[in-house]
Amino acid sequence: MTTYTKKDPVFVVVQLSGGNDFMNTLVPYSNSAYYDNRKFLNIAEEDVLPIDGTLGWHPEMAPFKELYDKGMVSVVQGIGYPDSNRSHFRGMDIWHTCAPDEVSTVGWLGNVIEQLDPRAENPLTGVNFGVGLPRAMSKTGVPVTSVSNLDEYGLMSGIAAQQQREHALQIFKDMYGQAVGSGPVMDYLSRTGMDVLTGADLIKVAPQQYESTVEYGDNPIAQSLRDVARVHTANLGTRIFYTQQGGYDTHANQLPTQPGLFRDLSRAVNDFFTDIEEHDADDNVVMLIFSEFGRRIYDNGSGTDHGSGGGAYLVGKPIAGGLYSEYPSLDRDKWEKGEDLAHTIDFRGIYGTVLEQWLGLEASPIVYGNFEQINPFRSN
Amino acid sequence: MSNNDLALKAHLLRRAGFGASRSELEQISDKSYEEIVEDLIHPERFEEIDEDYLKRYNPETSYHDTHPTHAGKWLWRMVNTKRPLEEKMALFWHHVFATGHYKAEHTPSIVSQIDTFRENGLTNVKQILIDLARDPAMNYWLDNCENHSDQPNENWGRELLELFSMGVGNYSEEDIKQAARAFTGWTFEQPLPLYPYGHSETQFVFDETDHDDGEKTFLGRTGKFDGGDIIDIICEERATALFICRHLYNFFVEDEPQVPAWSIEPPRNPEAVDAMIDVLMSNDGEVRPLLSYMFNSDFFKNSFYKKVKNPSELVAGTLKLSGRYGVMPAEGEDVGKLYGTAAVMGQALMNPPTVEGWHTGHEWIDGGTLNERVNFAVNQFNDVSSPGFREIMERLGSVVKSGELVDRCLDLVGPIEVGDETRTALTNYAEEVGDVDLTSDEDRDDNAHKIARMIQLIVSTREYQFA
Repeated sequence: MTTYTKKDPVFVVVQLSGGNDFMNTLVPYSNSAYYDNRKFLNIAEEDVLPIDGTLGWHPEMAPFKELYDKGMVSVVQGIGYPDSNRSHFRGMDIWHTCAPDEVSTVGWLGNVIEQLDPRAENPLTGVNFGVGLPRAMSKTGVPVTSVSNLDEYGLMSGIAAQQQREHALQIFKDMYGQAVGSGPVMDYLSRTGMDVLTGADLIKVAPQQYESTVEYGDNPIAQSLRDVARVHTANLGTRIFYTQQGGYDTHANQLPTQPGLFRDLSRAVNDFFTDIEEHDADDNVVMLIFSEFGRRIYDNGSGTDHGSGGGAYLVGKPIAGGLYSEYPSLDRDKWEKGEDLAHTIDFRGIYGTVLEQWLGLEASPIVYGNFEQINPFRSN
Repeated sequence: MSNNDLALKAHLLRRAGFGASRSELEQISDKSYEEIVEDLIHPERFEEIDEDYLKRYNPETSYHDTHPTHAGKWLWRMVNTKRPLEEKMALFWHHVFATGHYKAEHTPSIVSQIDTFRENGLTNVKQILIDLARDPAMNYWLDNCENHSDQPNENWGRELLELFSMGVGNYSEEDIKQAARAFTGWTFEQPLPLYPYGHSETQFVFDETDHDDGEKTFLGRTGKFDGGDIIDIICEERATALFICRHLYNFFVEDEPQVPAWSIEPPRNPEAVDAMIDVLMSNDGEVRPLLSYMFNSDFFKNSFYKKVKNPSELVAGTLKLSGRYGVMPAEGEDVGKLYGTAAVMGQALMNPPTVEGWHTGHEWIDGGTLNERVNFAVNQFNDVSSPGFREIMERLGSVVKSGELVDRCLDLVGPIEVGDETRTALTNYAEEVGDVDLTSDEDRDDNAHKIARMIQLIVSTREYQFA
């Protein structure tokens, strides 16, 4: 486990939904095979933001490169898993549950939250920002708070008179609080209702006490990461944050789509780390940015179809920075399924890296096995 | 009408529609359950909803530029239609053939797709799949417009098989590629540019010059197939009937595991689904006889509280109760707002998150969405002048005894049944309140809030979350 900070380690997950095209994120600009296969959809050598003689960032990733240059980004090249499932849903399910061979409803972070808070004492141990809880965080009996609007979060908030609202909340508590054995869904509703009551009470201080000089962008990922910062800096004991940015399913029109997503994402991530640094709350935060798969090696004339190996990023002050694992080979005989980047490291090894080296938890019961890890953290 | 009879009809209308107010239930009190099912599956027997008032007072509903207005209008239709199953089937097919606005950002095509589901939703599975394959919103959503004879794009071919008809495990990767070839050249007319006139409509186009006319082998059959042939073959397969019936069972009867699990987990009630498959296949894919069979079955009649309301059901059902979105919405309300209301509960109509559609059942519920559901329903009864609330007050009569308050209100909200914990908490509140005098206008002014609070508590119960 890391010795970098004495504070409880915090882990933020940012999911890029739809399958981000890794080759056009970190571009192998010196490789002619890249331009041969990406006849239409390529980033010209003069446009990339090079990090060495072979690789460079997409031009809209400049704020992200700034973090990389500070040594705050460890890039996991070629992340994936064997026999990649090209379905978004199965693909995302597999990333969320670490179970490629069966359909599981237990999320890996659900297991993590349960271990961090075994008696379910703090419903804010895991907090999701967005609409709908990701399967990664779901596990029966594990409370997670899911917030779509941090400023108006709380039950019965439409009942204006405070005293009457409290009265109604008390009755709500009586109705939801005493269920035993009236069916799994009814029980689930009971627990969820009680967790909302507790969580809302705790989380309402976050927007009240937050102040910052950082002005986040007016787009969903920026606002979500601002919410993460507001709750993190309020010291409410949240260990796992989750949020996502959608729109990466670029079968068509990738050229105009991807840059806008990268612009929002890279600015938002940079703002987030500036913000928590300003609050002196950055030495115990590590972020993982991932997507369910990479895209096809050759383009289809407008976009790219679903592929296999992709990229992930570990970001934060405790991160050592640099490139990890290997960039998947562009040699035709190394392609997975004859058309995809082959993965060079299993995502479950990266989860294991975070679990054991950052959160101090044993990996194998959560990722169901032992997978190669990397060493992306600073040693002190 | 006996109480059981009333409860069963209310159940039918919650599932086949979006619930029913007490006066709506009274209007059909002389019809048998079976007659009501016949009426539901024949929406043409009833007048279409009149949009004139809405268009006059909400002129933005006639514009084509923003999908939230149209999605909100759809919710308004769910509340006010005399053809509830027509809207419910449109919602059902929207669940199955989930198409999001966010990719094309072209409102007319997404609106027209829902119109198509409204028109064909009760016809025939083959017809519905053909219409879907020709639908411009779907075509763009799954990139069939980029599926060229010299450069196939397999997205539509894959999802047609995986998510719209047969389900994983019933075809090969090669079948996907062959299906994709058969749909080359199926595209749409390029709409006029957005500026300066706003969005224009588009329509299906078959581009023969871009169609791969070669021989294909698909699911063991060989021929110079085009897209229509592929759908014909798909509709011969029992897997397709199973897939559609399981979706219908999940949507109308009882929450099932989610679609990605279907290749692994059997249906909750295999006998029921098997019987539904037989009805569908022996009727050549006709939807009406299948729905008639399903709604009249014992498994449907015994499925009380086996299904969590989806957000549209919760929103439309609660609005039927409060009456704030009648044919003429209440002062200060506009239909466009309703889109956001359902969206924060996890169902952005016309804009599902992925082609897999929404996860249903208890997955509708998490801390965030439960918070939204409860708050929305409660807020419908903050204003005691709402038409629906006034109707509840009138039906309660002049004096409501404390000991009757809970049962009278539960009856008027559903009727719904509640568990012991809920009943105890509500009864405690009724005892605190005492007898409620509603005799004079003054009494009503003084005491309306006590009744309103009881209704607010009922719509925030766990039981109310179930359809």
